Amino acid sequence: MAPKRNNANRGVSPNPKTAATSASATSSSAVPLPPNPNPSAPIASRPSSSHSASSSHPKTSASAPVSQTWDKVVSNLTSHYQKSTPQRTKLLDAFMAFLVVVGVLQFVYCVLAGNYPFNAFLSGFGATVGQFVLTASLRIQTTEANKKDFPAVSPERAFADYVVCSLILHFFCVNFIN
Amino acid sequence: MSAETLQVLADVGKGKSTRGVLRVIILALIAGASIASRLFSVILDPWFNFRATKYLVANGFYNFWDWFDDRTWHPLGRVTGGTLYPGLMVTSGAIWHALRALTIPVDIRNVCVLLAPAFSGLTAIAAYLLTNEMTTYNSAGLLAALFMGIAPGYISRSVAGSYDNEAIAIFLLVFTFYLWIKALKQGSMLWGALCALFYGYMVASWGGYAFITCLLPLHAFVLILMGRYSTRLYVSYTTWYALGTLASMQIPFVGFLPVKTSEHMPALGIFGFLQLLAFLDYVRSAIPSRQFQTFLWLFAGGIFVLSLAALVIATSAGVIAPWSGRFYSLWDTGYAKIHIPIIASVSEHQPTAWPAFFFDLNLLIFVFPVGVYLCFQELADEHVFIIVYAVFGSYFAGVMVRLMLTLTPVVCVAGAIAISTILNNYLVAKTPTEEDQQAAEAAEKKGTKSGLKSATKPVVGIYSLWSKSLMVASMAVYLLIFVMHCTWVTSNAYSSPSVVLASRMPDGSQHIIDDYREAYQWLRQNTKEDAKIMSWWDYGYQIGGMADRPTLVDNNTWNNTHIATVGKAMSSREEVSYPIMRQHEVDYVLVVFGGLLGYSGDDINKFLWMVRIAEGIWPDEVSERAFFTPRGEYRVDGEATETMKNSLMYKMSYYNFNNLTLEEAFTSENWIIRIYKVKDLDNVGRDHISAAAFEKGLKKKKATKKRGPRVLRVD
Repeated sequence: MAPKRNNANRGVSPNPKTAATSASATSSSAVPLPPNPNPSAPIASRPSSSHSASSSHPKTSASAPVSQTWDKVVSNLTSHYQKSTPQRTKLLDAFMAFLVVVGVLQFVYCVLAGNYPFNAFLSGFGATVGQFVLTASLRIQTTEANKKDFPAVSPERAFADYVVCSLILHFFCVNFIN
Repeated sequence: MSAETLQVLADVGKGKSTRGVLRVIILALIAGASIASRLFSVILDPWFNFRATKYLVANGFYNFWDWFDDRTWHPLGRVTGGTLYPGLMVTSGAIWHALRALTIPVDIRNVCVLLAPAFSGLTAIAAYLLTNEMTTYNSAGLLAALFMGIAPGYISRSVAGSYDNEAIAIFLLVFTFYLWIKALKQGSMLWGALCALFYGYMVASWGGYAFITCLLPLHAFVLILMGRYSTRLYVSYTTWYALGTLASMQIPFVGFLPVKTSEHMPALGIFGFLQLLAFLDYVRSAIPSRQFQTFLWLFAGGIFVLSLAALVIATSAGVIAPWSGRFYSLWDTGYAKIHIPIIASVSEHQPTAWPAFFFDLNLLIFVFPVGVYLCFQELADEHVFIIVYAVFGSYFAGVMVRLMLTLTPVVCVAGAIAISTILNNYLVAKTPTEEDQQAAEAAEKKGTKSGLKSATKPVVGIYSLWSKSLMVASMAVYLLIFVMHCTWVTSNAYSSPSVVLASRMPDGSQHIIDDYREAYQWLRQNTKEDAKIMSWWDYGYQIGGMADRPTLVDNNTWNNTHIATVGKAMSSREEVSYPIMRQHEVDYVLVVFGGLLGYSGDDINKFLWMVRIAEGIWPDEVSERAFFTPRGEYRVDGEATETMKNSLMYKMSYYNFNNLTLEEAFTSENWIIRIYKVKDLDNVGRDHISAAAFEKGLKKKKATKKRGPRVLRVD
């Protein structure tokens, strides 16, 4: 791993022309950002990108900087989420999380205990996955920031669509469950 | 014709409402024309579908679902309800019931005959809608509807009486694509759900649904690669996939295939990929870009590796079936001939000959690339769809004649875009005035200063009336020729049913050769109700429908071994064939013989496929090489090989018209159909070969003599 990183460093520093397009963007944006503790982090993390065949590998080699940024990412993400998400959307998110848990449970059951009534498994799993994507769609369509993407869909229409699609979905699931 | 309507439209239709009314009238006329052009001759073909519909109407839906058919595939029978695409029968059954409810008494046969033309009218309208999503010119939609209505590539499968799955499937294909584009443009769940519903209907109707299953993910994938991921794509695609997959699994014949076979995996993969993208999209909006990169690499890399590993493990562990044979034959055209002769033996599965493109699409094949080029110029999401569809449709149409059908819609749409652009430019575009030109030149000078030359548009205009009229007139002539070509092709090539042959007498008068129906009529009237007929599978549906007799194999080629058994019986010596026929309780053998008339579609012509299919199952008993002369020729004349001369098929066709084990029962007027009766055992229980051998005083047949009766006595 170490020689790889050296290569990457050499490629960036003495020969800026070849790596100009990628390196200039990264370094210029890295400087003005205050939350980034050490500017060497992006370079250290880049080998992991080119070498992402084993995702756990780079973590061990360059563990300190990556895990630091990782913590930063997670904390940023959670704070952003808590601050800027409306209450209704949080409700949808809770439902989605519930669906993920149910879906994972079904899948684990299928893997561990066998898939014998395959119809039942498929329709149960399909119902959770389908409901999940429909809820995600509803969430996307009702988010303020996405409004310009959906000129034709008002929040009320989005909810009506959601109900109709869910009805269709569950009709198929019940029909398929045997 | 269309150019004239356009001119009329341009003259009269000044007001908006007038245009709307005119558009509706024109669409109705196009639908009418597309129905009318399919009525040249009416003979119901795939008889099986008709039989199934009759069964559905007579016994109700639930019985139809559980239908076990014991009159085909003797002695196996066929679980018909679970092995067919029920969309066609259910559609015509529903129409029949609806008409009855409206107190219009119609025969179910008439519904079946006219179903394909009626749906072609709907296809024209669907093509209009689809094209209108692509361009702002309304004329393009009308032209597309017209092309779709009369293009021979589509007519070939939808003339009146052609009661096959494709009759409704093409409408569903085009309409599903329209709904998909609509869903994608609006990012609406409802349109996505409608798309899924029609996709489900399509799955219920035709095996070609896999085309949609692969094309929509591909479109989504190309959009993602172009950096065009949008929340609209997420909403429309995931809604379609989640609902559409569940809908497709409702069909018993499809069942678990959508989660088990590799054809359906791209759709699933893109579905998962979109979930990832949506999540990443959200994260990107939440945190600074620097951190996002770190996040992206770790997260996406990890997920990619995990899912790839899961796919590899699942495929190698056999959870996901590898690609089926038909799909291999799409990539490697030589594959089918070697591995699955049953697929290669169908003439529709052969690679397309070049003239077929011109024959089926005529003028459109020239303007098709122009339309695709125009799509490149605009390149919104829906234009990418047309481009992707065009590329894949062309490839598949080149691989298999039958898939010309899936190419035709996109050719019509792209061709209509091209022609309407040309017509609009030459009919409508105003001659630019001096001021316009100067302004444009000034803008151009500014533009060169600011750098991007391609961003400024040069002034384009048609200045002289001559060039306008010349261009429009030539387009009109081309379109007229197109209409004439379509009519000619339809009346000559695609309206001649395979059951009745037309030929010309020396004096030019038409002569109808009606041997097939004569023979089927004979079977119906002169044989027992349950007499089993052995023939090559091509004639299975016809015998089942027109003669109403059980068959061994038919056009639903679900059991390759059984077909190979028939192939073996046909291609082996009588000593081998006779026990096979006795074991299958065959009463009559039907062969098609074109030797007297020079009819090329006869069984000797198809004989090599019988040999190949039989060889696939019994390589050491049947050998294709033995049917060729030492110089590698396939001959049926005096130099035919011994194997050839002794094969049952050859004996029934040419050689030694009297066989030992079969006796001629019926020969039609032009000798096209010859029916042989399988002789029963003689009154001491010997088959006729051993009896004849005994008469001659030969002893060597003892083994056969012993074996034959003992096996037969058991059952």
